[in-house]
Amino acid sequence: MEKKTLRESFGFILLVAGIGFFVVGFIFQMLGPVVFLNKIPMKSVEEMASRVSPEFTLLSEDYPEEFRKAFGEPTPESYAQALLEGRDIYIAEGCWHCHSQYVRPIANEPLRYGAVSVASEYQNELQLPQLFGTRRVGPDLIREAGIRSNDWHMQHLYDPQSVEPKSVMPAYPWLFDEDGRPTRRAFSMVAYLQWLGSWQNPEEKER
Amino acid sequence: MEHRENIMDYNIVKAHILAALLFLGVSLIAGLLYSLQFTGDYPFRSVEFLSPGKIRMLHTNAVAYGWLLNGLLAGVYWVVPRLTGYPPLSRALSWFIFWVLQLLVLATAVGILAGYAQAIEWGETPIFVDPFITLGLILLAVNFVPPIIRAGKDAPLYVSLWYFTGALVWVILVYIMGNYLPQFFVPGAAGAAITGNFIHDLVGLLVTPLGWGLMYFFVPIIIGRPIWSHSLSLMGFWGLAFFYPMQGLHHFMWSPVPMYVQYSAVVATIAIEVVVTTVLANFILTLRGNGDYLRHNFPIRWFYTGMIFYWITCFQCAIQVTLTVQKLIHFTDWVVGHSHLVMFGVFSFWIIGMITELWPRLTQNQWYSERLHSWAYWLNTLGLALMFITLTIAGVVQGVTWWGLNHFMDSVVFSLPFWYVRTISGLMIIAGIAIFVFNMWMTARGHVRDEARLAQEQTVAT
Ligand code: HEC
Repeated sequence: MEKKTLRESFGFILLVAGIGFFVVGFIFQMLGPVVFLNKIPMKSVEEMASRVSPEFTLLSEDYPEEFRKAFGEPTPESYAQALLEGRDIYIAEGCWHCHSQYVRPIANEPLRYGAVSVASEYQNELQLPQLFGTRRVGPDLIREAGIRSNDWHMQHLYDPQSVEPKSVMPAYPWLFDEDGRPTRRAFSMVAYLQWLGSWQNPEEKER
Repeated sequence: MEHRENIMDYNIVKAHILAALLFLGVSLIAGLLYSLQFTGDYPFRSVEFLSPGKIRMLHTNAVAYGWLLNGLLAGVYWVVPRLTGYPPLSRALSWFIFWVLQLLVLATAVGILAGYAQAIEWGETPIFVDPFITLGLILLAVNFVPPIIRAGKDAPLYVSLWYFTGALVWVILVYIMGNYLPQFFVPGAAGAAITGNFIHDLVGLLVTPLGWGLMYFFVPIIIGRPIWSHSLSLMGFWGLAFFYPMQGLHHFMWSPVPMYVQYSAVVATIAIEVVVTTVLANFILTLRGNGDYLRHNFPIRWFYTGMIFYWITCFQCAIQVTLTVQKLIHFTDWVVGHSHLVMFGVFSFWIIGMITELWPRLTQNQWYSERLHSWAYWLNTLGLALMFITLTIAGVVQGVTWWGLNHFMDSVVFSLPFWYVRTISGLMIIAGIAIFVFNMWMTARGHVRDEARLAQEQTVAT
């Protein structure tokens, strides 16, 4: 019979390799950031939606009938609801596998997209779970607010190739009704896109 | 020791292999469909249920939980009784876990298509599926830990069992960490630190240790000599166990996650490359003087091809993880090529090699055709190599157009030729797998082709 050695015994492997090393890694790589970033106050959707974005109001003016059916009035409550639902579509449709949501301080990205991302921008309910993304088939979206008009987004979501002929982005006609008019889901999606980075816009910054 | 017949359950091995192949088929089709979106040929435009973004998640999750987990478990059910001399805790429990796993993979697929994906990369399993998977993983440990403990009572554990022990514990911790914390408790950048580690740990602390555990079992048994160096085996295991849980953040370099976490992830990633080199040296030296096996023995050929791909992957890791290279290649198809190299070229090759070894013994038949097997091998190897090369170049092209501040559409338009080649390489892989499965089917039916006679007839005919 071979000699038993500690390092080849079940208990040692379980406790040291299985649990011990994992916990070390967890503390160092994950708990660290959690503790450091915990100082930044966490924002709820209601807080962030306390002032309705100009784009959301504009949606209610440009599509009065459809908007009333979907959300009624553009109030902070309906805006918060739209942001949440837009975020959920963004997740369900896998937009986050084709679009990232952070600007890196390198490779000319600040020139292309705008201000470099900082941690405080992500300490909120709409980034729970976070949506950094790992692939950019399409452009980064964290500075998307106000870059395009509502109508552009509507047209683009309905049929991307009608706006950008060579685009490989899928069409999302099911966000619209049979006549191609926006439904609650299309309003939510556009509200969410117009929210991304809105805190960077001049008028928001002044607040 | 109990009698062999009583401790082995061949049927559960077979069942896991068949389930694995079924989901491999699903994921291959999903992958092909998603690639068609990029060439503008997606056939189900405006079908909400089959929206391309969902198909992508179906592809990766079918690979992770349907194909790899089933395939590796087939191996574990084969290896553990043989190494320990004891069966898993309970045969009924084994079958219960089997059906639960298949049900959960199905629920995940339906959940994703119905729009309930969770925004955790590689863990898109819907929130309502997560608790059941957690329970299933705990049951898995409950099933396999008893034979390992019993074997450890009378002798030191063999290398494979170190890896299995590690994997059985890690996967529970990793799953709980990755699927609950960033979903309910930790937002933003700190959440990204956890998700990044989840993406990586699912590979590094589940698939990798199970895969290496199988290699440490099958390679010495097939070539009939022990692993070259026990010290190197020890180094490989402890190096992996120590460095793997610290490198996941390399998926979010230059992000708003605190910089010390990023630096240490780089160091740990480069360190693991050193460890991997020792493991590989150990296996190459085990084969030394027996190179003939690569030509004549298909399992060994699949295994060692996978190992070479593994070393390439890890070497690539060590380079691409640096903050400098990240500037160019992050967010591009380079990374997609990298992940296919490791998930298909390494672990899938190992599982296929393992099936090659086990299938004749499970069906009590000889392989139907060596020639078809050769076709399967070359189609898969060349298909994968082509996919890796085309995506790597596409990645550099995309990175350069972004850095050069071209119009964004340039990165899409310039990638088109590479995306066409990618679809072709995918078709090669699908053909290779189809041939392999056909060969399996004919083997199970008990036909053996007399290749020598066929070859003779052919020479007579010409
Ligand atoms: C298959 C990958 C893919 C998926 C999935 C995808 N997109 Fe895109 N997206 C692109 C590409 C490529 C572009 C650039 C070409 C264009 O404008 O259509 C783009 C562009 C965009 C733009 C314009 C950005 C700008 O200002 O130029 C927005 C907004 C956008 N996508 C939103 C979304 C949303 C919302 C979803 C999910 C419902 C989504 N995308 C899903 C690939 C994708």
